[in-house]
Amino acid sequence: MNAPLTSPLAGGFADPARDAAHAFRAVLDAMARPGRIHAVSGGAAPGLSAAAATVLLTLTDATTALHLAGALDNDALRRWIAFHTGAPLAAAADAGFALGRWPDLQPVTRFRIGEPAFPDRSATLIVEVERLEPDGPRLTGPGIRDTARLSLPETAAFRANRALFPLGFDIILTCGDRLAALPRSTIVEDC
Amino acid sequence: MYVAVKGGERAIDAAHAWLAEERRGDPAIPELTVAQIREQMALAVNRVMAEGSLYDPDLAALAIKQARGDLIEAVFLIRAYRTTLPRFGASRPVDTAAMAVDRRVSATFKDLPGGQVLGPTFDYTHRLLDFALMAESEVPPAPTAAAAAEPVPHVTGLLDRDGLIEAEPPGEDAPADLTRTPLELPADRALRLQALTRGDEGFVLSLAYSTQRGYGRTHAFVGELRIGRVAVEVELPELGFAVEIGEVELTECETVNQFKGSKTEPPQFTRGYGLVMGQSERKAISMSLVDRALRWQELGEDFTGAPAQDQEFVLSHCDNVQATGFLEHIKLPHYVDFQSELELVRRLRAEATALREAAE
Amino acid sequence: MSAPRTPSRAMPPQDRAARPGNRPDRKGTAVSDYNFAYLDEQTKRMIRRALLKALAVPGYQVPFASREMPMPYGWGTGGVQVTAACLTPGDRLKVIDQGADDTTNAVSIRRFFQRTAGVAVTERTADATVIQTRHRIPEQPLTEAQILVYQVPIPEPLRFLEPRETETRKMHELEEYGLMHVKLYEDIARHGEIATSYAYPVKVEGRYVMDPSPIPKFDNPKLADNPAIQLFGAGRESRIYAVPPYSQVVSLDFEDHPFVASKADHDCDLCGASESYLDEVITDDRGSRMFVCSDTDFCNARQAAGHRGRLSAQEVA
Repeated sequence: MNAPLTSPLAGGFADPARDAAHAFRAVLDAMARPGRIHAVSGGAAPGLSAAAATVLLTLTDATTALHLAGALDNDALRRWIAFHTGAPLAAAADAGFALGRWPDLQPVTRFRIGEPAFPDRSATLIVEVERLEPDGPRLTGPGIRDTARLSLPETAAFRANRALFPLGFDIILTCGDRLAALPRSTIVEDC
Repeated sequence: MYVAVKGGERAIDAAHAWLAEERRGDPAIPELTVAQIREQMALAVNRVMAEGSLYDPDLAALAIKQARGDLIEAVFLIRAYRTTLPRFGASRPVDTAAMAVDRRVSATFKDLPGGQVLGPTFDYTHRLLDFALMAESEVPPAPTAAAAAEPVPHVTGLLDRDGLIEAEPPGEDAPADLTRTPLELPADRALRLQALTRGDEGFVLSLAYSTQRGYGRTHAFVGELRIGRVAVEVELPELGFAVEIGEVELTECETVNQFKGSKTEPPQFTRGYGLVMGQSERKAISMSLVDRALRWQELGEDFTGAPAQDQEFVLSHCDNVQATGFLEHIKLPHYVDFQSELELVRRLRAEATALREAAE
Repeated sequence: MSAPRTPSRAMPPQDRAARPGNRPDRKGTAVSDYNFAYLDEQTKRMIRRALLKALAVPGYQVPFASREMPMPYGWGTGGVQVTAACLTPGDRLKVIDQGADDTTNAVSIRRFFQRTAGVAVTERTADATVIQTRHRIPEQPLTEAQILVYQVPIPEPLRFLEPRETETRKMHELEEYGLMHVKLYEDIARHGEIATSYAYPVKVEGRYVMDPSPIPKFDNPKLADNPAIQLFGAGRESRIYAVPPYSQVVSLDFEDHPFVASKADHDCDLCGASESYLDEVITDDRGSRMFVCSDTDFCNARQAAGHRGRLSAQEVA
């Protein structure tokens, strides 16, 4: 899946409607059950995990402004995105979606958190992580029966984001062919 | 033994078969062709295109045939089809000043550049049933004249040159698309006009009529009503220029309304605008009156509580496909909810009766 | 907010398979010519994005660009769009209306997805992965493997107290729900109890007051702490909202007038169940009536397992 892509024409869904349907169900369940890890497949983009490429194909298009952070803001990926999704690239403050490694996305306070009357007008951050396991900080809140654990890159930023509820951004963590989500509603604790 | 109602699927199939039979009517009578509807029921076709927001006379005619002449049902068929069409791009704004007019009348001037063109109108027909139409008959050809070479400028443009009417600078932004983004209130004028042009003709007519009777009066004159064909052009980035892809028939109405002004600002007339696909002049005139009434805020007028001034009321209720669906859904089973109401009312009645008996 | 201009460009590959709108031949349109689950991919992505935001802000109504569906507004177009955006080819779909699988509108919607998505269908709650419902929550407890999609006519719980969207949006923003409490309190003053028996308002995760769709209040307790994902679609009103699994959902009440989930004070006359929601069926013109489970699958399963009700004996006779 992560073989180097020589052409931006490669790496799209083989069967767009069905591949997107499967991928979305995984993302839906991940967002509904924070901390739960799902495997997805179908997308492959230069320098991206299969999961991140699949999420881009599933959720973004010409109507969604996308911010590329750090090293991911490169020509090869830009070409892939232009060809496969048509998503216009945007500055952090204007983006509906942002893609990057956690350090490159800092400060995350740049991203849209919605408006008091429209909290849905907030960014979704697709965060490429090197490790994604059900351990680490403790998660509680909607979608979680008792508690869950997830290997988050930090906790302070998520606690600050939770304090803004119902405003806030939402996170999809991607690693290899796996993903998990952390909506703004989740309470994150170090313990 | 009670058996719960079964066989929904069979009932639906049977209903559809019966409907098809009713649609056809007496098989001894020749079947209507879509082309006949398109050519001879053109105003119905126009209404379906306008409210269906899809310029395709053949499909509108087909929808009318399929809907047994129920125009709202036909509009619904067109809308459901339209929503599945991929979007390849947007045309340039059409230029109604360059319209090839079939009809063009102004109520505000006796004569004007381009002249008054009565066109194919019912206006001065005496509404007497023409029994000759019960038999098939040849229509004698209408007299023709050479098309006038002179341009047909907009009346409001003539007024504008003298500063007598409010200026209307061309908008720069691409307007939002009512069918692709959820309506957010308050809506700007471009969005309101979109909603009105595909709104129900009867609803828009009644609202316009209510403004004439004093519910949000705007003193409207028909500055100009024009019907004709305009070119539709699409810009092709690959070529770097616009290409004409066809023509559409439109009805445009511009009203000249009560003036506003103050000690410091000289008075000016104000505008109402209506633009409808096809030949639909009742709708276009209605639309321009309602448009003008909805503009009270930007023109610094009072909100008098008139329905036609209330954009949330107008925009939320002008769509007949939404209205008819929700209205008719009350014939679906609601017995679960009714059951819970039944239990509640029985309990409340029992309690009230017990209280009354205790008091006696 | 203005819509991004539709770029005049070739369709991206993610949409290539989705070209349902080719002009049908004059013989008519085969539904199989449409995209998987009917909607085009761009529309599905728009709905999917709304669904994710809805899950992130439980109980908040997300505006979405509802499409005109080939069935009337008010007949489940919101639920159908949500279901279409969620379905995968491997799903097993159940559709109920009033708790029953064989009511005509449920049959019609189930058929629509059989034809446009080719998914398997079932009447058994336990076998379903996606359940679209109008007016009921199934009796059998749902599982983590299931999604429940509600058809919603009026998503705004405050609508009948304040008809203006511009006003109710402000009330939600400010968490100003006094009007609702006044209404419920007036009920108590007039009737001695809260006179709302269906579409009974709830508060989700301590923040948003939400309309649970017109389910009988008997079903309200099932909204809370449910292992399944609950999604709500209102097509005509262009709103999507959600209750994530295991969420806190509280029916509004007062300390001295606590919420009571009531049902007809009978057992099912066919299966004898005492804990299920019942339909009252008038059986003659002399006032005879019987009570039967509204959830037909639940009732059939109990009868198949040998449970009998008051009128079951007549079967043998």
